[in-house]
Amino acid sequence: MERSFIMRNPSVLWFLLALALFTLGVTILSEAFGVGTLSTSFIKTLGKTLCLCLIAVAMDVVWGYCGILSLGHFAFFGLGGYAIGMWLMYARTEEIVVNSLNEAAIPPTQQEIIDGIGTQIFGVVGSSEFPMIWAFSHSLGLQLLMVILVPGLLALVFGWLAFRSRVTGVYLSILTQAMTLALALYLFQNDSGLRGNNGLSGLQNIPGLDHLGQATISMWFFWASAIALGAGYVLFAWVTSGKMGSVIRGIRDDESRVRFLGYHVESYKLFVFTLTAVVAGIAGALYYPQAGIINPAEIAPIASIYLAVWVAIGGRGRLYGAVIGAAFVSLLSSWFTGGGAPSIPLGFYTIQWTDWWLVLLGVSFVAVTLFFPKGIGGLFDYLVRKDP
Amino acid sequence: MSTLLEVSGVTVSFDGFRAINNLSFQIGEPELRAVIGPNGAGKTTFMDIITGKTKPDEGRVIWGEKSVSLLDMSESAIARAGVGRKFQKPTVFEDQTVRENLAMALKNPRGPFDVLWYKKTAQGAEKIEEIAEEIGLTDELKRRAGDLSHGQKQWLEIGMLLAQDPRLLLIDEPAAGMTPAEREHTTDLIKRAAETCAVVVIEHDMEFVRRLGCKVTVLHEGAVLAEGSLDHVTQNQDVIDVYLGR
Repeated sequence: MERSFIMRNPSVLWFLLALALFTLGVTILSEAFGVGTLSTSFIKTLGKTLCLCLIAVAMDVVWGYCGILSLGHFAFFGLGGYAIGMWLMYARTEEIVVNSLNEAAIPPTQQEIIDGIGTQIFGVVGSSEFPMIWAFSHSLGLQLLMVILVPGLLALVFGWLAFRSRVTGVYLSILTQAMTLALALYLFQNDSGLRGNNGLSGLQNIPGLDHLGQATISMWFFWASAIALGAGYVLFAWVTSGKMGSVIRGIRDDESRVRFLGYHVESYKLFVFTLTAVVAGIAGALYYPQAGIINPAEIAPIASIYLAVWVAIGGRGRLYGAVIGAAFVSLLSSWFTGGGAPSIPLGFYTIQWTDWWLVLLGVSFVAVTLFFPKGIGGLFDYLVRKDP
Repeated sequence: MSTLLEVSGVTVSFDGFRAINNLSFQIGEPELRAVIGPNGAGKTTFMDIITGKTKPDEGRVIWGEKSVSLLDMSESAIARAGVGRKFQKPTVFEDQTVRENLAMALKNPRGPFDVLWYKKTAQGAEKIEEIAEEIGLTDELKRRAGDLSHGQKQWLEIGMLLAQDPRLLLIDEPAAGMTPAEREHTTDLIKRAAETCAVVVIEHDMEFVRRLGCKVTVLHEGAVLAEGSLDHVTQNQDVIDVYLGR
């Protein structure tokens, strides 16, 4: 008797169509598979932007739909990146070490190879021993599992502790900031086992795929990011529709009412928080191989605040709003800070956008909050009359 | 009529102030009961204790045939056991339609995964229609709850309680801010609900209580001052002193 989920949410179809067209367009314009208008580095920027859109959708679900203003979701994004980075770095270094030792007169032993990898990876922090947390780094499968498990478990434990103590509102936001700050500070230490402030680098070199070249690899990651964004979008559209959507929007609007209706509010928050953290981890695992490097600065508290700003500017409480906000603001941000925007000479002073971009962003954020609480996505309401 | 809820010897203090002082109270099933009392008599705290929002320092709250203690249960577990609560201010989910509001309240498994895989059923739809009819919102099912009038929101909230299939309804000042015609409808709703379950109505308005025509419990300084028919309690000298002495 019930219409299918897609039929009830035509905006999902429209989004998937737009994403498919965009992907096709970029493929046609790419160096590797098309006419070559777009440079490989720009393809990487677009691929990274898709990953940022994915975490923004997750942020929209946890904040815009469930009302939990998490200012720590970038920690999960970073952990996903570190998890995949460990395998990339290990496997890549193993290739190099094996190649160089092959030229030796006596074939190297397994121990010599492992020692060689250790020295290569941890030399920068004055060590050559593999820390415990690298135990699975030789296996792609296990590290992919870590992409899901590490952010998921951290979110589960953190959320369980916070929600069962009924920490809500701004206090919860502060707590999530503290979490991401603590994690960043920990990772900055040289003995954290993840190379301190050097982070993991060379992640753009995918082991075993050297012969393909970056132009091709960048397209593969671009496609993977597009597929992940599409799948994540459908997943979250499904979660936020129907009765589940009713309950989590109810929690946002009046938590105690939901509780007195017999719903265990904490379980719902934990479910949403953990699910979005896992998706954030996956987004990070796709982002950092395109960025090439991850270091603890990536998960500094400011990153998670930017995430909230993107979602607010794009429009909270609608998934496509989050995508628009993340894409628009992050691309604009790289245009302004990358020196793309022309400076404005005022005679007595010249506005350099590299310095003034943050001011512009801050002013836009305040303006959107005050005058357009529905964000950019709210403009769609003028195009389509939403029937209740 | 068997006893459904028994509150005995309950005491609650907030920073030394005794909001509830050795309170005892019983209600059967089905029964309609009005609880009246001046401001600060502890009426809302009394509801908070039953629904698990506030834990008392002393005393017992015993529920149902199996005599389970509500004190060890969470708010949501108490609600699932069959206690429905209506707040003083109408609290409905304004952003959602009347139908969605009622659907959320329907008695169904309440775990996150049950809800995630939940499929609408014909019985559920029927039940929603039935309740909408009862509360007079049949034509409003597709409207946003936030667009309803104050009185309609109050009815919607009562409808949400009915959708839960409760055994005990706690209703805080249902008639506040209503027109006379709306009050009449509200009285009918409550009286009909009380035919099948236990209903406790907290009310300031004596005229409304008179119309309910039920046993009245008077609270004062966190304890029961008098109990009986409205005529009986209004002639009680203590009650007169408390109400008029202020």
